[in-house]
Amino acid sequence: MQKKVFQLLVDNTSGVLSRIAGLFSRRGYNIESITAGDTADTRYSRITIVTSGDDEILDQIEKQVAKLVDVRDIKVLERDVSVFRELVLVKVRVDAANRQSVIAVADVFRANIVDVAKDSVVIEITGNTNKLDAFINLLEGYEILEIARTGITGLGRGTDNVTYL
Amino acid sequence: MIKSLEAEGVKVVFGYPGVAICPFYNSLLDSNVESVLVRTEQNAAHAASGYARTTKGIGVCAVTSGPGATNLITGIATAFADSIPMICITGQVNSALLGSDVFQEADITGAVESFVKYSYLVKDAKDIPRIFKEAFYIATSGRKGPVLIDVPIDVQNATVDEFVYPEEVKLRTYKPTVKGHVQQIKKAIKEVEKSKRPIICVGGGIALSNAKKEFIEFVEKNQIPVVSTMMGIGVMPTEHPLYFGMVGNNGKPYANRAMKEADMIIMAGARVADRAISQPDLMIGDKLLIHIDVDPAEIGKNIGPNIPIVGDAKHIFADFTEFDIDNVCDDWIEVLRGYKAEMEPKRAAHPGFVDPAKFITELSLKLPEDAIYVADVGQNQIWSCGYHIVKKGKFFTSGGMGTMGYSIPAAMGAKYAADHVGRKKGRTVVAVCGDGSFQMSMMEFATMRQHGIAAKVIVLKNNYLGMVREYQHYTYEDHYSVVDLSGSPDLEHIAKAYDMPFFRLKDDKDMNETIDAFLKADGPALMECLVDPMDLVK
Repeated sequence: MQKKVFQLLVDNTSGVLSRIAGLFSRRGYNIESITAGDTADTRYSRITIVTSGDDEILDQIEKQVAKLVDVRDIKVLERDVSVFRELVLVKVRVDAANRQSVIAVADVFRANIVDVAKDSVVIEITGNTNKLDAFINLLEGYEILEIARTGITGLGRGTDNVTYL
Repeated sequence: MIKSLEAEGVKVVFGYPGVAICPFYNSLLDSNVESVLVRTEQNAAHAASGYARTTKGIGVCAVTSGPGATNLITGIATAFADSIPMICITGQVNSALLGSDVFQEADITGAVESFVKYSYLVKDAKDIPRIFKEAFYIATSGRKGPVLIDVPIDVQNATVDEFVYPEEVKLRTYKPTVKGHVQQIKKAIKEVEKSKRPIICVGGGIALSNAKKEFIEFVEKNQIPVVSTMMGIGVMPTEHPLYFGMVGNNGKPYANRAMKEADMIIMAGARVADRAISQPDLMIGDKLLIHIDVDPAEIGKNIGPNIPIVGDAKHIFADFTEFDIDNVCDDWIEVLRGYKAEMEPKRAAHPGFVDPAKFITELSLKLPEDAIYVADVGQNQIWSCGYHIVKKGKFFTSGGMGTMGYSIPAAMGAKYAADHVGRKKGRTVVAVCGDGSFQMSMMEFATMRQHGIAAKVIVLKNNYLGMVREYQHYTYEDHYSVVDLSGSPDLEHIAKAYDMPFFRLKDDKDMNETIDAFLKADGPALMECLVDPMDLVK
């Protein structure tokens, strides 16, 4: 089993996301995370899917997804030549005694405090998966109330393999 | 919508109206497009399938929303599994009411998502010409398949200023490969030259890409032996000296032996599916595998080939034939002919009943050489695959999905095409089914009567769901569960009710005369053959 990040460029038709998600579920492929959004040209969306499987499964995923009529392009974002980012929001219970130490942890990771309430703070952090996992690990000493993760999105480095916009 | 169908050259729509598709059917009356009223929606899709396979074109069916659309689903899935090009038009409730569960609303585009090639929900009447143009292109190009167009009734009723049918398709994201890669073709040819024991396993893809001629030219020029999958039956005439039968667990033992002993296998338009190749691993190792398919996702799905070639078989075999291959494998062909002579399965005698193998052989010898033979699903299908002799005709069946009840409506679509399309009109079309499959679609006799479609229907009757009974015989030691078809109607009465000539064969006596009379009968006809309930496919 290995992990792969696929980047898709798809026609922005209604139902395109369900067509792609449906393909994964009916063929028994794994989705670890999926993110989607418009590109500079709103006729297209870019979708990033993190999936895992053995070589044959990953090969089939690539071919079956490419076969969908709405899919213009699919490529693998290779780890060493791509940048990946994910955004996490974490809500931590704080009181007067530990508020400063939570903020200090956030500072070390260059995270932002985006909400402060009487008994909680919401921290926003962006980075690659390792950094986010390390950050959440550190916060486990405090009481984490809620976590929301976007799943990763990414782009290849440089201009060698630019598909569209 | 009708103008779009006319622009695509559509001659007939198989279907069943309801309120939500009434605007479409209303306009159909004023057009040159004919309609055939089936007796249940599923059969509209099967009839369109038979029509598409006969004309080498596309079949069109149109039904109403809700239950009409959901009834069509099995027919769509059947067409998808066998890559049959088809346009399925469904009426839909008013677009303002979509999603509110009003009367006869069903999310049909959602329901068929996993077995259509593509689907559309039309939201603006202005998009109709573009969508129809795209749909016909998608259905008939690359790996063919059904495309569904769901049209809300208000969109059908909308008026459009001017009808302009686009001349070409502009699809940014869909570009199927047609020509095979030159380097891959050269590599494959080199291997064919080296091979001592080559074999080609041909699938339904050859017929779908209309590549029979190119394919046969190639194998005859280079004298390469051929076996086929179930969907590949009919690509080669059964008695061609280079043809060695159908592979698979229900195939000919000599065909499987040929695959086993070959040193090189070319899979041509075949999926390496489980019923044809039960152990794909055995295809590699000591063999070289070349896989030709228009769908890149089929190559490597079940087994990784040494040389993949993506493209349309018609182009690829035409390219292949241009090479002069210096290779003689007469010895190998002689070996295979020996196997064929030795290993033809011997069937047990069933005195007092019709032997289906003998019957099907006799029938195919008597059929005109260009006849279309439609096999249903079950024991009858395996007998048909094993003993029908294809000459210049066609052989249709539901291979991938194995849908019971396919043969009668598909034969109906085929016969309609045979009588209305092409230069040579009036080809004989015969459906061969079991008594289980017959009762799933016998209501179509009314359609045949109404529209003057003279397909001939043969029922191999054993009062059992024979294939399931056979499975229970082997797997559960004759512990038969829910396979007895007692209560079935007397087919003579059925024929009489539909005013059709009826023929009954109780045993092998009078077989010749009865088949002759049946084939000569005017219009549609029904024939019943009483088969031993305990008969097995082998």
